[in-house]
Amino acid sequence: MSAEVHKVGSVLDASSSKEEQQVILSILDENKSVILDLSECKYVSSAGLRVMLYAYKVAASNGLNVYLVGVSKEVREVMAITGFEHFFKYFDTVEECQTQIG
Amino acid sequence: MQRVDLFPTHEYKGLKLRTGRPYPFGATVMGNAVNFSVYSRYATACTLVLFHNHEPEPFVEIPFLKEFKMGNVFSMMVFDLDFENIEYGYRMDGPWNPEEGHRFDKTKILMDPYAKLIAGRDVWGAQPDWDNVYQYRARVVCDDFDWEDDLPLETPVNELVIYEMHVRNFTCGANANVKHPGTFAGIAEKIPYLKELGVNCVELMPIHEFDEFENSKPSPVDGHMLYNVWGYSNVGFFAPKAAYASTGRFGMQVDELKNLIKQLHANGIEVILDVVFNHTAEGNENGPYISYRGIDNKTYYMLTPDGYYFNFSGCGNTLNCNNPNVRDMIVESLRYWVTDYHVDGFRFDLAAILGRDQNGCPMPNPPLLESLAHDPILGKTKLIAEAWDAGGLYQVGAFPSWGRWAEWNGKYRDSIRRFLKGDEHVLGDVKERIAGSADLYASQNRGIKASVNFITAHDGFTLMDLVSYNGKHNEANGEDNRDGEDNNNSWNCGWEGECEDAGINYLRHKQIKNAISLLMVSQGIPMILSGDEMGNTQYGNNNAYCQDNEIGWIDWTNLQKNEDIYNYFRKIIRFRQAHKALRFEYHFGHCDYRNLGYPDFSWHSVKAWRPDTGYNNLTAAFMLNGRYAETDGVPDDFIYVAMNMHWDMHGFELPQLPEGMAWHVFANTEMAAPDDICEPGEECMIENQQEILVGPRSIMILVGK
Repeated sequence: MSAEVHKVGSVLDASSSKEEQQVILSILDENKSVILDLSECKYVSSAGLRVMLYAYKVAASNGLNVYLVGVSKEVREVMAITGFEHFFKYFDTVEECQTQIG
Repeated sequence: MQRVDLFPTHEYKGLKLRTGRPYPFGATVMGNAVNFSVYSRYATACTLVLFHNHEPEPFVEIPFLKEFKMGNVFSMMVFDLDFENIEYGYRMDGPWNPEEGHRFDKTKILMDPYAKLIAGRDVWGAQPDWDNVYQYRARVVCDDFDWEDDLPLETPVNELVIYEMHVRNFTCGANANVKHPGTFAGIAEKIPYLKELGVNCVELMPIHEFDEFENSKPSPVDGHMLYNVWGYSNVGFFAPKAAYASTGRFGMQVDELKNLIKQLHANGIEVILDVVFNHTAEGNENGPYISYRGIDNKTYYMLTPDGYYFNFSGCGNTLNCNNPNVRDMIVESLRYWVTDYHVDGFRFDLAAILGRDQNGCPMPNPPLLESLAHDPILGKTKLIAEAWDAGGLYQVGAFPSWGRWAEWNGKYRDSIRRFLKGDEHVLGDVKERIAGSADLYASQNRGIKASVNFITAHDGFTLMDLVSYNGKHNEANGEDNRDGEDNNNSWNCGWEGECEDAGINYLRHKQIKNAISLLMVSQGIPMILSGDEMGNTQYGNNNAYCQDNEIGWIDWTNLQKNEDIYNYFRKIIRFRQAHKALRFEYHFGHCDYRNLGYPDFSWHSVKAWRPDTGYNNLTAAFMLNGRYAETDGVPDDFIYVAMNMHWDMHGFELPQLPEGMAWHVFANTEMAAPDDICEPGEECMIENQQEILVGPRSIMILVGK
């Protein structure tokens, strides 16, 4: 299964989410899974989490997936507390992700 | 298909607008726009005030145009807002005429009464900027949590074991051992503990947004800060308390609370919210403008004929619950917590107020209570009333219920406490309470399930303090020990406060086990106060509403120190859940109406079948016939409970069981742990099937099988 890497900026919130969402959905549209590289992203807001979860739902309904890479400890903790964590698979690096998903 | 009514028609200072939708009230994201809608019967004009998050000054104020008003509702859509970075409020213009009930002041920025997210007190105890023109800031919320297959659990009410708890006090104390103390996330970390204890319902003390700084001050005793910790003082009715969320600083309290509820449900634990619809945090005429007072004072508050605030709540004002608009707000709030948060039930603080008319007079059929009893969305939601108020209305047993409302049974608490401490004048009442309070709840088709039984609750002593103090010790609250209940029906077992005397401490532990035994074998819905299961103390403070410290916080080191108490609680809760005979829904016939050989329920004393004999009215026994409590055609066991609150040991003659059955001991509070109680199902048969010896101030529970 092919997957495409998309790198998210330093903040994923309501103001950046619309653009990010378009890019992510366009990858899914090409029938490819998304490797979301969050290694530069320091803050994910409520709207940002929704972009990720929405992408996951779209992916899942098309037999695809959304993989998260380089999620910071802080962001991961917020995701755990707010109920967004368990939907995703996590990897430290893009390479690790690509190797494991084949 | 795209909607044709989501295009801007107006522009104001660069912002695109159109006339809004009056319904729903509040701020709602619709396509590219946020729809703002607020009603006021008496306002003449309204302005929407928009701030960027945390900014001291608004970036724009948009007056509602004439064409943006329908009836008494102002509504407007504003397009292309970065809605996560917006705080909004209103200015309302209208008459200033307190005698007529109007207190409009357009210099104030007012919170939306329907705000679903409120910023301003995001981190507990963080000193607010009192010069800020807008203290409690409404925000727009993403209301699309992914519940997956979760729904309210709809646990049959007679199967509940309720655990009354405070979000912050639960995990702030010593050895709580959680990553996120004092928060919703902290409770989630303790779910395995709650499961082990065996409770299947948590009742959260108020979690609607409130201000811990309301009336906060240094204690005159030792200077530590006194806060409004309990939060019985609403800022908003639709928003969770931000500072109760570990993620409140990011404005994610909505998701954090929903995730907690989802996880509790996944573990079979229901959630009841303690809701305070009797007053708001705005106080009396000297209080602040937060929202309601400035938006529509005469609608939201019960006012005296000369325009002052009625004070049936004891907190300065009284919400005008039976004004049709306020009634709608309350119904809408409750529906919101059920549909959007999957809450399983509500406990209504000072609920008697909800039955008062707009002049404060109690009504025979209060429309608000009737609406709630018949509401389709709340159709399976537990409704529990604290059936009294601070204005002297006491309705325990008489709360208008339509067969739907349960009550905190204050009479249960009072009678059981007196019995426990050896009061000789209460046995007749104790019998009613143990058998489900038929004198209070047999009418109106209410049944046993209308009775929420409790011995301790947040108001008053903890269970450990009930057996350790004769009087309250509230000096730390800074009111010279005048606050808090005086009539506690407590007994210190021989020494006031903590002590090293092994005999006294043994008796205290025994009394605690007696108390939880009575609660768990009584018919009704048992409610435990959080911390009682480990003998938590508040050092004699029976009104710890302002103590954000080791007085109010649960000290988890008690789990080791009072391990015998914890184990006793755990096992007796399991016992209740294992025996349907302890969980009847409707009252007893006190006879053998199905011809099963024994009455459904029978009273005894030291003599079998002779309830009228005993010692100083301090001994009694009862037997439940498990054949009246079948599960899928399989009858439950017989259960026999001998209660000896006398200071001497007494022999109790046992009723004879049907052929082939024998009495087994489940619990004997006179014995030291681990012989005080066993795991349900592992009871040992007793040698003497004719009589048992019940120790002084002790309870024995037997199973006939």
